[in-house]
Amino acid sequence: MRAWSYQHRKAIAHAMQRLLRQPLGTLLSALVVGIALALPAGGFVLVDNAASLARGVTGSPEISLYLSLDATEADVADIESRLRAQDALAGVQFVPRDAALKQLADNGLADVLDGLERNPLPHAFIVTPRQEDPALFERLHTTFAAWPKVDHVQLDAAWVQRLHTLLSLVELGVSLLAVLLGAALVIITFNTIRLQILTQRAEIDVTRLLGATDAFIRRPFYWLGCLQGLLGGLVAWSVVTLSIALMRPSVEALAEAYGAVFSLNGPTPPQVLALLVVAIALGWLGTALSVRRHLRESQ
Amino acid sequence: MIVFEQVSKRYPGGHEALSEVSFELRHGELVVLSGHSGAGKSTLLKMIPVLERPSAGRVLINNQDVSHLQRSAIPYLRRSLGLMLQDNRLLYDRNVFDNVVLPLVIAGMSPKDAARRVHAALERVGLGGRDQEMPIGLSGGEQQRVAIARAIVKRPSILIADEPTAHLDAAYAHEIAELFQSFKSVGVTVIVCTHDPALFAETRPRRLVLRQGRLIEGAE
Repeated sequence: MRAWSYQHRKAIAHAMQRLLRQPLGTLLSALVVGIALALPAGGFVLVDNAASLARGVTGSPEISLYLSLDATEADVADIESRLRAQDALAGVQFVPRDAALKQLADNGLADVLDGLERNPLPHAFIVTPRQEDPALFERLHTTFAAWPKVDHVQLDAAWVQRLHTLLSLVELGVSLLAVLLGAALVIITFNTIRLQILTQRAEIDVTRLLGATDAFIRRPFYWLGCLQGLLGGLVAWSVVTLSIALMRPSVEALAEAYGAVFSLNGPTPPQVLALLVVAIALGWLGTALSVRRHLRESQ
Repeated sequence: MIVFEQVSKRYPGGHEALSEVSFELRHGELVVLSGHSGAGKSTLLKMIPVLERPSAGRVLINNQDVSHLQRSAIPYLRRSLGLMLQDNRLLYDRNVFDNVVLPLVIAGMSPKDAARRVHAALERVGLGGRDQEMPIGLSGGEQQRVAIARAIVKRPSILIADEPTAHLDAAYAHEIAELFQSFKSVGVTVIVCTHDPALFAETRPRRLVLRQGRLIEGAE
């Protein structure tokens, strides 16, 4: 175990030496990788901000359940207990038919309502789902509609559907961009490692002669690829954070013009972590493909 | 310890580098392999660490047939040998210490033990205290000594050297030859390929002579 960790430490030190020995090349590679990653990373952060903006402007979506007019107190209690048993719901509010009528009267319709022989409004429940997931809304709608004494279920969330469709579309575009630029990153790493293998051919031959296994020979290259990915990820993080900081005042001013309060948020710590992990993983993948191909050629 | 049984090597172009070579080397022997250029000396030496494989026949090292050794097992065989092939193959971007320690790093030895071994090997070849120097700053003979230190640092029981005195002037060549002869005294089996067997004559080594791929002397 000590020998294994010693060999890894040596491999890391060796990889870092390689990076420091060619500062300009290292910087350029990190910038290329960083910019390639910054585009989708920035896109995801903006989509995230757009979603939170939409939430702030329109409030939480709700579902209304209107009971049939002959629903008794026992029916109301039964429906309420069913609703409270739903884990997917964050809130359940009962609106008795009398309260609904009073609210309507208070809204200036008292004269019209006075002419009615009886209260035409049903008991109602207004529920708030925990997640703004259109699929969840559809599932809840189907479930509630099948319950006895539930006359009508209304989704007060048509906008949720539209917003999610729009954001999903943007997210898909950003994902496609991420895949394309991720592939570019893999190709960049593949080529960097290919050049390293070519320049270190003599060293590889000597170590092989002295009894080095393939794993021993590959190790420094893997570290080199991962370090290059990490540097690229850090550059991408910096680019996204800087861009958000530059855009923030303009976005705040725009929101203010519409009477809203909104501020652009930079990447969250989990997003930064994900960005760095993806960058390292792509660096590793490019290295794996390169060493598999070029070390086999050098045998 | 090392047995060649009817070993032949024919390259794809049809050139036969070795033809039915058979011999047996015992523990602690010093063997000088000679012959004209293209006689097959290097090919023969390369078969021991499986840098080449025979087209026919068998090569046994410590009773293990290495002729058909699996690729994944070859590194472990090489770790048990001290190898010094033509030109010293030093890494010129690393200092003497880092060159000599390389086989021990590959073998996974702890840094402390490895450092002790490196310093002992450098003392043995007369380069004590020069471990931080870069190879490019050393003379040709000193560079050969670094290569020898790297070959012996693992304390191998078999030491193989291909033309270790090539490109050296007479004084340096004698120093290197004496060094190899001294290894015999500590029980190391030494196989030296050379154009100049007279350099090693002092200890009356066993001689293997190749001519056009055939062993014409020393087969026993």
